[in-house]
Amino acid sequence: MHDTRHMPKPPARDWTIIAVMLLLAALVVASFASLPLKWRDFFTLDAINSAAELLAGFAPPETATPFLVKTAWATLETMSMSALGTLLAVVAGLALALPASGRLGQAPRAAVRALLNVLRSIPELVWASILLIAAGLGPFGGTLALAAHTAGVLGRLFADSLENAPPGPEATLRTNGASAAAAFLYATLPQTLPQMLSYTLYRWENNIRAAAILGVVGAGGLGQMLKYHLSLFQMQQAATVIIAMLVLVALVDAISYALRRALTR
Amino acid sequence: MPTYHLHHLTVRHRGASSRSGTPLPALRELSLTIEQGEQLALIGPSGAGKTTLLATLACAQQPFEGNLTMFDQDPWALGDAARHRLRARLFLAPQTPPLPPRQRVVTAVLAAHLPQWSIWRALASLFKPADPQGAWQALARFNLGDKLYSRVDRLSGGERQRCGLARLLLSPAEALLVDEPLSALDPVLSELTLTTLREEAAARNATLVCSLHQVELALAHFPRIVALRAGRIAFDLPRAQVTPQMIAELYQGEHSAAAPAPAALPEADAMLVKPGAGACL
Amino acid sequence: MTALHRPLSAQLPDQLPEQLRRDPAWRGRIVACLLTVVIVWPMLVMSEFKPWILWDWQSLSATGRFLSDFLVPAHDAEFLQLLLRETWQTVAIATAGLALALVVAIPATLIITDRLSISALGTGRTRLPARLLRQSVRWILILLRSVPELVWALLFVRIIGFGPTAGVLAIALTYCGMLGKVYAEILESSDTHSTDTLLANGSGRLAALLYGALPESASELMSYTVYRWECAIRGSVVMGFVGAGGLGQRMDESMKMLAGAEVSSMLLVFVLLVALADLFSKILRRRLG
Repeated sequence: MHDTRHMPKPPARDWTIIAVMLLLAALVVASFASLPLKWRDFFTLDAINSAAELLAGFAPPETATPFLVKTAWATLETMSMSALGTLLAVVAGLALALPASGRLGQAPRAAVRALLNVLRSIPELVWASILLIAAGLGPFGGTLALAAHTAGVLGRLFADSLENAPPGPEATLRTNGASAAAAFLYATLPQTLPQMLSYTLYRWENNIRAAAILGVVGAGGLGQMLKYHLSLFQMQQAATVIIAMLVLVALVDAISYALRRALTR
Repeated sequence: MPTYHLHHLTVRHRGASSRSGTPLPALRELSLTIEQGEQLALIGPSGAGKTTLLATLACAQQPFEGNLTMFDQDPWALGDAARHRLRARLFLAPQTPPLPPRQRVVTAVLAAHLPQWSIWRALASLFKPADPQGAWQALARFNLGDKLYSRVDRLSGGERQRCGLARLLLSPAEALLVDEPLSALDPVLSELTLTTLREEAAARNATLVCSLHQVELALAHFPRIVALRAGRIAFDLPRAQVTPQMIAELYQGEHSAAAPAPAALPEADAMLVKPGAGACL
Repeated sequence: MTALHRPLSAQLPDQLPEQLRRDPAWRGRIVACLLTVVIVWPMLVMSEFKPWILWDWQSLSATGRFLSDFLVPAHDAEFLQLLLRETWQTVAIATAGLALALVVAIPATLIITDRLSISALGTGRTRLPARLLRQSVRWILILLRSVPELVWALLFVRIIGFGPTAGVLAIALTYCGMLGKVYAEILESSDTHSTDTLLANGSGRLAALLYGALPESASELMSYTVYRWECAIRGSVVMGFVGAGGLGQRMDESMKMLAGAEVSSMLLVFVLLVALADLFSKILRRRLG
């Protein structure tokens, strides 16, 4: 029998959500407290003045022709790094995706997926500083670093695509006597190719941003120019390099968008 | 030499384990002999086991009990490689056309040659189709010649079904196993399809086993009718001996004999990529 | 090629008809191949792609020495304590940076979301000053987001000097751009009806957000924020390489000294950290979603 004369009791409080919120708040407070942050330094008049001076030094950006030519070459070098790195990653990613999608058994699947996780956990910059030991200074190490990290990302995405592909066409070809490789090439790969290309183009957009800054550890391109000029406090040149970076990123974004549109017609 | 000899064959549903205490198996105590060059129609209500029987004849599913010989060999006693070579002599055309949506018809049809091609030839044909003429002739026999370079997902359901059968015409198999080839076709196309299949089988002296829901067409085209019900053979007779009463008893309890249409193509939406996936920059 | 038996049902010509004789995709494929070579070849040259360098004597000996150190991660107590401190500092930089980013991003979202526009009520078009304000905030967010966070870190290191402050500020600036944009997108794509009604009945913008749009979008917003926190942890390690403190700065120093053992234990810790952060974020998303 419903008791309609009294208000229903409110439901019990969910303590777990409150506990989680408090934990997060504690994390934030602890972070600020434990970091040696130089707020006072940053907000003194002196600091603000020198910061303003520094920022003012950016304008106007350096536009002397020899410097622009140098920047243009560095831009092309950065673009090549990102494109080649992505291409290498596609090949490696596809090769790793085959075991990682379970086609060679469960044990290889687990092992290769663990490898892919390690590859993609390590950021491109860290890869670059490691690979430069073997490849020397210059963009080659940067290309390899991008390839290593992106192979981890694409390998995982490709493996998931392959696992989710409808198995019917490939099973039928195998039933009718085709070899495993041929059935894969004729049935499963055509189905997953558009999505794989889409992932690849998204990663290229990511890689151009990464390639632009890899030079900071010595991998050439615009990043190396930026570090060099900033360390000499040559702000105008640095400004030009930053603008070149922004233009390059916008260009690659546009190309990637156009290609993705064209491929899914 | 008989192409197939089945003796007291029991086949479980795919995925049923031996310990799971499953209900009735898909095929029970089935005995059947098919000579080379015979053409027979497989009829029966939905769920009778027609697809399972065809899969067993195609060497795609291992029987649980009983004897199965093909071309005088027991395929499941052979090694894996020998059994796979045996599969090249059989062709199974499933009910849902096994065609990748974005592939072109020419490549899909030429995939019939894959058991015979080396991997390099297969790769080369992906780039430049090795025998467009052969593919076109096969398609033309089903009135699909002009679709040679179209994409599979731009075809209608009936066209896709006939495209899957065109692949059969190009394969050199000696046993043709066809599962419900007419579910998306109108009466005129159904006649054309059955006639083409039978002429092809007769020309190569290949065995043809075709499962059909359209009993009148089965009686009209096939000299031998095998009827399945609940996993057993209800009757196995020349068509002259099949009476309307036997047909009625066979389909008793099935409210509509309407054939299920082939499943719609899965949407291959390549733009369904979450940009956040893995992109931290 | 297989010879097809000619059936009686069709009298077919031997040759393909005229319009089907040429494969329409053939030319496109050849052109694509040529284009690829024409584009990839100069790229190989420009990026100094010389794989044989990896096998020359100098690089092999350097790699060999590094790898032999690498195989045994450094595990003395003093180093491990240092590692733990630096790892915490990395997490702290990421958390503090994200917190600051939120402080700016939330008001920014309120400004740029068309959905919450009061001046649009009834007329369907916003007033000019409001539109200008929206557009300029949008542009600021785009600028903040387009400059790579490492560049911001480099700049701040120049201005303030080495240390975690530069990292925190760099994360705060870049991420407030990203958070603002995605929050606005999430809010825009949610159902408008409840928010519209509240605004139409006179409630303020913030109230309409809290009572109308937020209940529906809260889990998605939360999910994205936690995902960004994970990214911030990776980002703060990367920024350490230009002097912004934390694990990255230590790794850079060890790398310069070619101290393979220290690098390998730091990498291990880093991979573990990322996996833990991943797990933590999954749990958070499930609890708060």
